[in-house]
Amino acid sequence: MSDGFEKAPFLLTRADLFITWAQKNSLWPFGSGLACCAIEMIATAAARYDIARFGMELFRASPRQADLFIVAGTVTNKMAPVLRRLWDQMPDPKWAMAMGNCAIGGGPFPTYSVLQGVDKIIPVDVYVAGCPPTPQGLIHGLMTLQEKIARSHPTKEILDPDARRPC
Amino acid sequence: MELREYDLNMGPQHPSTHGVLRLKLAVDNEVVLGVEPVLGYLHRGMEKLWESLTFTQVVPLTDRLDYIASLSNNLGYCLAVEKLAGIEVPKRARYIRVVLAELQRLASHLAWAGFMANDIGAMSVLLYAFQAREEVLDVFEEYCGARLTIHGIRIGGAVRDLDAPLVSRIRAVLEKVPRRLEDVRALLDGNRIWKERTVGVGRISGTDAIDYGLTGPSLRASGVAWDMRKDLPYSSYADFGFDVPLGANGDVYDRYLVRLEEICQSIRVVRQALDGLPEGEFTAKVPRALKIAPGEVFHTIEAPKGVLGFTVRSNGSDRPERVKMKSPSFINLQALDHMCRGNLFSDVIGILGSLDIVLGEIDK
Amino acid sequence: MPEDPADRPELREALEALTGHFAGAVLAGAVDRGELSVRLAKDALTSALRFLKEEAGFNALEDIAAFDNLGSAGEGGRRFTVVYRLYKFPGALRARVAVDVGEGESLASAVPLYRSADWAEREAFDMFGVRFEGHPDLRRIYMPDEFEGYPLRKDFPLAGRNGGA
Repeated sequence: MSDGFEKAPFLLTRADLFITWAQKNSLWPFGSGLACCAIEMIATAAARYDIARFGMELFRASPRQADLFIVAGTVTNKMAPVLRRLWDQMPDPKWAMAMGNCAIGGGPFPTYSVLQGVDKIIPVDVYVAGCPPTPQGLIHGLMTLQEKIARSHPTKEILDPDARRPC
Repeated sequence: MELREYDLNMGPQHPSTHGVLRLKLAVDNEVVLGVEPVLGYLHRGMEKLWESLTFTQVVPLTDRLDYIASLSNNLGYCLAVEKLAGIEVPKRARYIRVVLAELQRLASHLAWAGFMANDIGAMSVLLYAFQAREEVLDVFEEYCGARLTIHGIRIGGAVRDLDAPLVSRIRAVLEKVPRRLEDVRALLDGNRIWKERTVGVGRISGTDAIDYGLTGPSLRASGVAWDMRKDLPYSSYADFGFDVPLGANGDVYDRYLVRLEEICQSIRVVRQALDGLPEGEFTAKVPRALKIAPGEVFHTIEAPKGVLGFTVRSNGSDRPERVKMKSPSFINLQALDHMCRGNLFSDVIGILGSLDIVLGEIDK
Repeated sequence: MPEDPADRPELREALEALTGHFAGAVLAGAVDRGELSVRLAKDALTSALRFLKEEAGFNALEDIAAFDNLGSAGEGGRRFTVVYRLYKFPGALRARVAVDVGEGESLASAVPLYRSADWAEREAFDMFGVRFEGHPDLRRIYMPDEFEGYPLRKDFPLAGRNGGA
């Protein structure tokens, strides 16, 4: 634990609140739309479900500009190294969401070419179940992630490198 | 300028490749010399998986093939199995299937319109088209609970009957969709930027198209009037009057016009089917463990993406011996190289969009 | 079934012409359920397809489906059966051409006749290991190039070998 925490916890927790408030209300998704779930993800971004009210309408095409990796769809063994590289290219702080049963655990495909869950290659923060999850389900998952972000301590990670999440 | 061939990689993660498609482009400055698609990033082993499931269990998995038009896949597979097993589908069920399939065609073409326009840069069209699509998806949700992977067409008929409230709901949606379509057409049809990016781009002649195996609206835009609903009618399509829109030049603009016109024709068919909905059962009686005597059948339907076919071979048990899917997007994508050569590198996106491919169907 | 296409006379004529031309190679032929169905000896494949395309007018190749006969009754006594589905447009006529090929044997590629055969043959090679002589670029299409095994063969497990790698 670094010295900063013992000395001025009040300021740091206020800073935490501000930083997490900013982070959770402006998550920019890196829509890794792989299969059917991608269509529901796009429908969530469209006019009726309007993900823009959460500040997330800016789906970035480049991982360098995104902070939320939504794995939407089946991850195949051929695609897995590509996803891992994309995850590595995303700068910190970053979060990952496994959207849909395929990303969670292979879904209905226990076959020779499907990775049984994206959490085998990247650390997942939120799992949104469904095949595909409805837009309401995805938004619920995003709100759960926002709550998780609100509970985190970014200043701790900045001040103490060992507190950073591995991988 | 001297020829400088440069290899570019597009995908498999790319906002405009409609899924995990990898394109290897060889370009000379900005002109495309060749396109080589690399597939398999969504290969899920569906055909192998189907061999270990019963005929009935395969139906929900067919939803995940062309996931933008899942009812069409259900229909294609169920018709093939019914042909193999000799199951007679009641007339009311056939009409209900037509209603569902044409509504699905509406939803699929609206999604396509949104995606293609978004790729080229007209993002408002994505929002308008998806808003119209949401209304159709509401109908599906009210019908059987699912929006995207619907599984509403089962072996023997449909999953539920179309009751009077749902019929009036569908009629109300059919009133709303043309208005949204007018919005989209007002934005794009005469738009100078849209026309510069689509007219004369990605041309393919009718003969070349048939040789490449192209089917669906992409083929009809080249002037070839091949529509399985007219050629080899299935599920009582012969009872309905509708036109098959054709294009003249086989370019991206014509493919765009053909699909928008198909939306209007689909609305026409749904109205006729609802008006003429006969009394009867909404499904045939199919045994829970459906065993089919050894045989093989190939059946095709006109799915929104093209001609979708299923070869089903049975071996006397309740599981298929082999199910082979003839995927329209898979075959259509072969023509991408032919269409892109000589065009500018930025036209590849427009051409790919106009082909209307779905990776779930391509990679199985 | 009320909507089965009738067994049209053009199909009979095509079958008779085909049997006339390739008497030794046509092992079985029938017009059944609205389509022309023949089983050929594999050496006659290219000439028969050319005949069907140019003389009988089947100008579109709809699908190439391969089957693994391991463990089943086996139609032609060989490991694999490859079925070509042809379509005549306009006219709405269907033809089914089946050839049997054993493991390690190869078939002539249909790409010179129908460009739509290109990826369909690559898929048959990728999933079953059936080779097509004369194909411009016969390599795997779905599985990675270094993948070992042919997934749709009956002796390949669903979950794959090596834990699905």
